[in-house]
Amino acid sequence: MPEPANNTPLTAAMAADITLDVNGARHTLHLDVRTTLLDALRDHLGLTGTKKGCDLGQCGACTVLVDGRPVVSCLTLAATQQGRAVTTIEGLERDGKLHPVQEAFIEHDAFQCGYCTPGQIMAAVGLLNEGVPTTDAAIRERMSGNLCRCGAYVNIVEAVKAAAAMATPDQKG
Amino acid sequence: MTDTAMTVIGQSVIGKPVSRVDGRAKVTGAATYAGEFRPDRLAHAAVVTSTIPAGRIRALFADAAESSPGVLVVATHHNAPRLPYNSMAQRPQVDPQAGDQLRVLQSPEIRFNGQPIAVVVAETLEQATHAAALIRVEYDPAPAVTRFEEAAKSPRKPSAGKPTDLARGDADAALAAAQVTIDATYDQPMEHHNAIEPHVTIAAWDGDRLTLWDKTQWVGNDRAEIAHVFGIPEEDIRVVSPFVGGAFGSALRTWPHVTLAAIAAKMAGRPVKLELTRRQLFSAIGFRPRTVQRVALGAEADGRLTALIQEAVGHTSQYEDYAETTVEPASMLYSCPNLRTAYRLAPMNINSPCPMRAPGVVTGVLALEMAMDELAEAAGVDPLDLRLRNYAERDENKDLPWSSKGLRDCYKTAAERFGWSGRSPKPGSMRDGRELVGWGMATAVYPTHRAAASASVVIRDDGTAVVRSAASDMGPGTYTSMTQVAAEALDLPVERVRFELGDTDLPKAPVHGGSITMASVGSAVQAACVAARARMRALSNAVDPVRGADYAEILRRHGLPQVDVEADAAPGIEQKRFSMYAFGAIFAEVRVDPDLGTVRVPRLVGAYGSGRIVNPKTARSQCVGGMVLGLGMALSEQSEWDDRFGKVMNANLAEYLVPVNADVPHLDVTFVDEHDPHVNPLGVKGLAEIAAVGVTPAIANAVHHATGIRFRSLPITPDKVLAGLSKKR
Amino acid sequence: MHPFAYTAAQTPQDVTTRGSHPPHPDILAGGTDLLQLLKERVRTPAELIDINGLDLGGIDEKNGCLRVGALVRMSELAADPRVTRDWPVVSKALLDSASAQVRNMASIAGNLLQRTRCPYFRDATTPCNKRDPGTGCSALDGLNRTHAILGTSDRCIAAHPSDLAVALVALDARISILGPDGEDEVAVENLHRLPGDTPHMETVLQPGDLITAIHIPASECARRSHYVKVRDRASFEWALVSAAVGLDMDGGTISDARVAVGGVGTKPWRLRTVESLLIGKAPGPQVFKAAADRAADGAQPRGGNAYKVELLKHTVTRALMELGGCA
Repeated sequence: MPEPANNTPLTAAMAADITLDVNGARHTLHLDVRTTLLDALRDHLGLTGTKKGCDLGQCGACTVLVDGRPVVSCLTLAATQQGRAVTTIEGLERDGKLHPVQEAFIEHDAFQCGYCTPGQIMAAVGLLNEGVPTTDAAIRERMSGNLCRCGAYVNIVEAVKAAAAMATPDQKG
Repeated sequence: MTDTAMTVIGQSVIGKPVSRVDGRAKVTGAATYAGEFRPDRLAHAAVVTSTIPAGRIRALFADAAESSPGVLVVATHHNAPRLPYNSMAQRPQVDPQAGDQLRVLQSPEIRFNGQPIAVVVAETLEQATHAAALIRVEYDPAPAVTRFEEAAKSPRKPSAGKPTDLARGDADAALAAAQVTIDATYDQPMEHHNAIEPHVTIAAWDGDRLTLWDKTQWVGNDRAEIAHVFGIPEEDIRVVSPFVGGAFGSALRTWPHVTLAAIAAKMAGRPVKLELTRRQLFSAIGFRPRTVQRVALGAEADGRLTALIQEAVGHTSQYEDYAETTVEPASMLYSCPNLRTAYRLAPMNINSPCPMRAPGVVTGVLALEMAMDELAEAAGVDPLDLRLRNYAERDENKDLPWSSKGLRDCYKTAAERFGWSGRSPKPGSMRDGRELVGWGMATAVYPTHRAAASASVVIRDDGTAVVRSAASDMGPGTYTSMTQVAAEALDLPVERVRFELGDTDLPKAPVHGGSITMASVGSAVQAACVAARARMRALSNAVDPVRGADYAEILRRHGLPQVDVEADAAPGIEQKRFSMYAFGAIFAEVRVDPDLGTVRVPRLVGAYGSGRIVNPKTARSQCVGGMVLGLGMALSEQSEWDDRFGKVMNANLAEYLVPVNADVPHLDVTFVDEHDPHVNPLGVKGLAEIAAVGVTPAIANAVHHATGIRFRSLPITPDKVLAGLSKKR
Repeated sequence: MHPFAYTAAQTPQDVTTRGSHPPHPDILAGGTDLLQLLKERVRTPAELIDINGLDLGGIDEKNGCLRVGALVRMSELAADPRVTRDWPVVSKALLDSASAQVRNMASIAGNLLQRTRCPYFRDATTPCNKRDPGTGCSALDGLNRTHAILGTSDRCIAAHPSDLAVALVALDARISILGPDGEDEVAVENLHRLPGDTPHMETVLQPGDLITAIHIPASECARRSHYVKVRDRASFEWALVSAAVGLDMDGGTISDARVAVGGVGTKPWRLRTVESLLIGKAPGPQVFKAAADRAADGAQPRGGNAYKVELLKHTVTRALMELGGCA
């Protein structure tokens, strides 16, 4: 259970100053309260690595980590995310070095068009944060929230397995 | 401008499994797709669509939307500029060859449910989306044709385009006289591309000049079409599209929403981003048409074909004739003296269909290969043997020899890797516990085309090269494969070559579709690089071919910062001398749960004869991707059409069921060696389409083998399986 | 989305007070269904009250009952070792639901209150009695492959989508409700109403009511329980048919049985007849099959969903067989 959000009281507001912690940086934005975390990232912070696919939580392209766990940012109102740590695909690199999942996705050609890729990678990082899945079937099931229309699934499974073998705790997102 | 990689010294990088050169950009989120450009003062658009399938707008009330917070402009047929929609000298091959494209906001006429009728521009997406919902419309409805069965009763011949009615011998007489016959009807539902990236356009006017950042598989045609729609010179338009988040044919055409975005930007006086919602993607772009096909086969007792009849009816819109090459494979895939094919259109109140991965071919091969499986059973011949007995040694339709045909190798390789010889022929005879096991196979085929293309090369005095062409990369790996072709021809390591695409400022490229990019753009890149290297050799006064490692030194010696070369490449007469196709063989295993009706696919094996494989890593990815598409077509995908409303009801990704990771089994891909000196300078045949062909019938045939039941209406969902099994009991 | 004012509740009373007065705000918990409904304009509330800041989390076991705070996320409950050990059907039903991302977001109370996947309900342009009372039911003679066969009316045949609710109904779980007039408790089985003439009224909750917790009693049936879900694709899809089953054994005979099913009812559906046919018998394929043959009693299929009659029986049989070690 995440800790209750440290929300600034918002008294029935249509717009509000919302402070988001994204990849370790704090941003205060004046937003329409209807703004989703996805649109806040893409349209307001210019972090377009997080993708809009279906905008209804049905494809996983918009997956980000909130407090280390994968969520779909399209079904998340930005206003509810104050006090939470949001990690996007742009926040995975450390000192110019790719995260093991990113490395593995390149090595195993775990994408074609690349559009679902940030969501796939964030879901995989979230999965590895929980511990290494033991079977291919478990990886397939856990990665089933991320559609890949180019059909790179078998390579995604290989990449996740390879990253699980490479990952060290300090490299996790 | 042919020839050749033969002059290249050193180890070939063509054929190496190079990791994608744009991989880092894609895994870090740095790759910028069309909707992610951010021109200053960008405003957001939302599209309003019709809610009836036919009629006229009697009244449209935009006041509430116009006065809604943040709204800049509401464009409707009342106030939008009247656009000339000039006809093009030659209709692009990606457009239907007859009829008129939908003209947006030019009249109150409604031709389908979901037609764009207004666009709202506001400061924010939230404001635009809400205001769009405030527009109230009153209609005068007209009778609509929304039932496929009704439209298919009096179908009509496509009025333009490639001939679809082919004949040789007397197929009907031969069928009547045949010892073994099959006559069955196959129903393939409407399917939507559902690329994960929605279609999106950002339009920005600077005076009379227009920049479009658009999701497109063909920047050049986007520019040309919009120039004609608006009646402005092509030179005044620039289209930019460096990354395409999947398209599968949906971004071949220049859709009405591109025009809408440009109208909206013009009226708002601001750059405008227009992104279609997932629901809108089910009516604003195209789809694979529903196609009902009769296949009648006549054969000798040993299964040798004597008659082949394939008749297809596919739906199209009321305003364009979209016809597919569905029946073409029947004319050439097998040896058969008597053939008759026909393709007919069933016009409905629906938006126009469009190509979707392996358009027509995937559909035609589906029915033909399911029918061949039925024939194998009827003749008591192994399905693979049946194909071999009817092997076409030349193209009997064009009466030409094949440029190359590795299909026998494909059959052999795939059958061995699959273990086909262990198949028990009797349906329902292979079980694993309670599960029914089925093995099926099918042939895959796709024509090899090529179009004219241009490319430029800049060799710089730091020893690097930039190669450019206005091509596209929707996922196959154009950036990477072109870099490889260029690196080889220039004798440079791939790290020293950069390939740029997706911009009308670059040398012209043809459409990124029909598996022609490697053959077309690849040939131009090779030609340009060969020419550039020749230029370097001339500069160096060397007798021997110049080495890439010496470029920097040569340029410095001449005091040249760079050398620029541009080259064109176009197909010659080879299409007249040879019939050119890629071939493949697909084998599938299915597990059917006879109680729950579920079908799962533990493994698929494919072998492909597709000429030279430039990059086996990305090539394999294309093939496994095609298998996943075919799997979805077989078992879950269908756009569920409600003919009362004339619309797709499962217009989202929760209920339009594309395969998920858990659906996808072990996939085995092999490329058989195939050297084709005729197709194009690179000897490539393309992979994107053939990878999607044959998978669905292989699975459907395996389901029959498991259950003894023919499921001729796709997809094969648990409800159908249960109904079939209980009927059989 | 229709414009709304956003409030973050500080206390449960904020919810009950605001909720019982116009404009009757919609409650935002995990948001995984509500955001879809807002975006598709199926819901157009003037106000949204965010309850994520309330202290409604926590999983506690007390007096043989598991108390689950309303805001516990699906993934948290599914992974709880007490749940996987003593209430496996709950864990399995949760893990068979949605995607990992959605399970990390969705609250268990919200899961029970998610709205139907009926495509006519979710497309604001088509007639739907549930969304717009009195406009008619498009599914009756339309696309209804995924629709309910039990508990339907001539006004609505929409299937209830929750997997968790099926498991909870099987286990006699109850929910705590805080309302404007105080606290109340109701069985999950009685939370949802049949559509009847008022399909838009889906639950017994009144404006201002807030689910605060779910109570799942421990039992031998809960400890020995199982969930089977049938769907077109292998994951990330709502059920065509599902079954939650639990068996208590006394020596060689079944002393208690629980069977509830999903994907077939307009609400989560308990099958007491099937249960009674199991009790007192020795477990085995014949007994399971004979009992499951009564699973679709009273079913009223409508064309596209006719296959569910047979599939329902088979699914119940399968769940019992797997649980009983016969499969």
